[in-house]
Amino acid sequence: MVKVTVCIGSSCHLKGSRQLVERFQYLIKENKKDEQIELAGAFCMGKCASDGVSVTVDGDYFAVKPENADDFFRKQVLVRVGK
Amino acid sequence: MDRFDTKVQYLKYSVLKEVARHAWDDTLWESIVDIPKDIVPGRTPTMRCCVYKERAILAERVKLATGGDKRNPNVIEVIDIACDDCPAGGYEITNACRGCLAHRCMDACKKGAITLDHNQKAHIDKSKCVECGMCAKVCPYSAIINSKRPCQNSCKVKAISMSEEKAAKIDNDKCIACGACVYQCPFGAISDKSFILNVIDIIKKSCGNEKYKVYAVVAPSIAGQFSYVTPGKVIAGIKKLGFFSIVEAALGADMVALNEAKELAEKGFLTSSCCPAFVKYIETQFPTLKANISSNLSPMATIAKYIKSTDPTAKIIFIGPCTAKKAEFQKKEVRPYIDSVITFEELQALFDSKDIDLKSLEDEVLDNASYYGRIFARSGGLSDAVRQGLVENGITDFEYKPVVCDGIEQCRMALLKAAKNIPDGNFIEGMACISGCIGGAGCLTHGEKNRRDVDKYGMEAYEKTITDALSVLPGADKQ
Repeated sequence: MVKVTVCIGSSCHLKGSRQLVERFQYLIKENKKDEQIELAGAFCMGKCASDGVSVTVDGDYFAVKPENADDFFRKQVLVRVGK
Repeated sequence: MDRFDTKVQYLKYSVLKEVARHAWDDTLWESIVDIPKDIVPGRTPTMRCCVYKERAILAERVKLATGGDKRNPNVIEVIDIACDDCPAGGYEITNACRGCLAHRCMDACKKGAITLDHNQKAHIDKSKCVECGMCAKVCPYSAIINSKRPCQNSCKVKAISMSEEKAAKIDNDKCIACGACVYQCPFGAISDKSFILNVIDIIKKSCGNEKYKVYAVVAPSIAGQFSYVTPGKVIAGIKKLGFFSIVEAALGADMVALNEAKELAEKGFLTSSCCPAFVKYIETQFPTLKANISSNLSPMATIAKYIKSTDPTAKIIFIGPCTAKKAEFQKKEVRPYIDSVITFEELQALFDSKDIDLKSLEDEVLDNASYYGRIFARSGGLSDAVRQGLVENGITDFEYKPVVCDGIEQCRMALLKAAKNIPDGNFIEGMACISGCIGGAGCLTHGEKNRRDVDKYGMEAYEKTITDALSVLPGADKQ
């Protein structure tokens, strides 16, 4: 199980948390990975100044812009599934 | 002082601030007896007959600021020695009576309680008077007054009576903890207990949010409060106090609106559950309607429950306008989610106890909820949100008839009708405070402007619909 946590605190919300969460939900379904990827939220990760929405994948931190969601999902999330 | 409506609030704030200042410094217990003298130094009294009485009352205020009487389960308490034993004689004729010829008062009195003396001046026979007030209404000189205690007058649920010593006495079974008397008593003789010490303790023991994270859930009625700075600076100030993150209670309101709309359509008749004072009023005075109370937790508890699902060790403190929330968070169904409750009044005291100058702070953002969640703060907002909730749930075959009750008296009327099976509508929005939460006793300021501020704050929300505001929450549907 890969755990993807998206920051949904105010700062990240304004940077596009919702768009990112909705995209991830879509990508998880499209790739039929409901059983392997868990999507979660967190109110603030303490990195409000970062350039992008704060996201952790199994604890590793990333700043992701909503427009890069697909690319990020493929390179950082999908690759971890099944390992 | 200009940050408050009254000098009573300012005095209460001064005590809270001193108590908090010592609590941060770990010097509270050695200096607790000195606090009254620190606040009222010198020998010239400014509030009461002598400085010693002033200090004795302040000592009682210190007790309330540190949690109050532990044996008294009510969060609202009377400070006996601060009560001025106001006259409570009811309708009385004053010197302004001119002994006129018309004597409209006599004609208006259906009980024959008014007599005239040899100067033609009116007198009221208290054994006949039923306090209807008709005489006062018709007197062209306004010479008849109703001397009623402000506390009793403000308490529309009739929980306040007079003790044998003539001080105000609260019937805990009837009291809904709305705090109307707290705000209305001109001597500040009734007050809400404070949990600021618990809050300071929670913040300190988090060791800078290392051991666990401390979240503030802030009520939308904050719009319009702290109006001497931008809202962003207030948020920055809350963080500076030591909170890890601040979340809008209005996001919980969004969740409630959507669920409540569904529940309403299923059950056909519902009373709202957001206002804890209204809920207690139904539970104690209208037990037959208990089954109709919405099964949703309040917005405060709903969002706190969600936050704890994302962070199980979190500690959550609600900051709002409400004294009744101090009772609500102690209920067994809310206790797991909310760790403490403070008011805006107490937040101001906490800022100043740490010498946080809000004006000098960089603005931070607070944006989680939709327009609809935010307008819960004012009367009518909840009904609007449930209407929107029906739309967003795709429920079109339900005829929605909300009854907006602004203040506990209107709630009473609506509940009386509902109890007799002749309700005016199918959804009773009950708010114990007049104007809704913005009229709460824990607000720094009250007024018409606050309603406009809430609406403006609602319009500024990044998310425009309830569904959008909620779709940012992974797993919220599994709650």
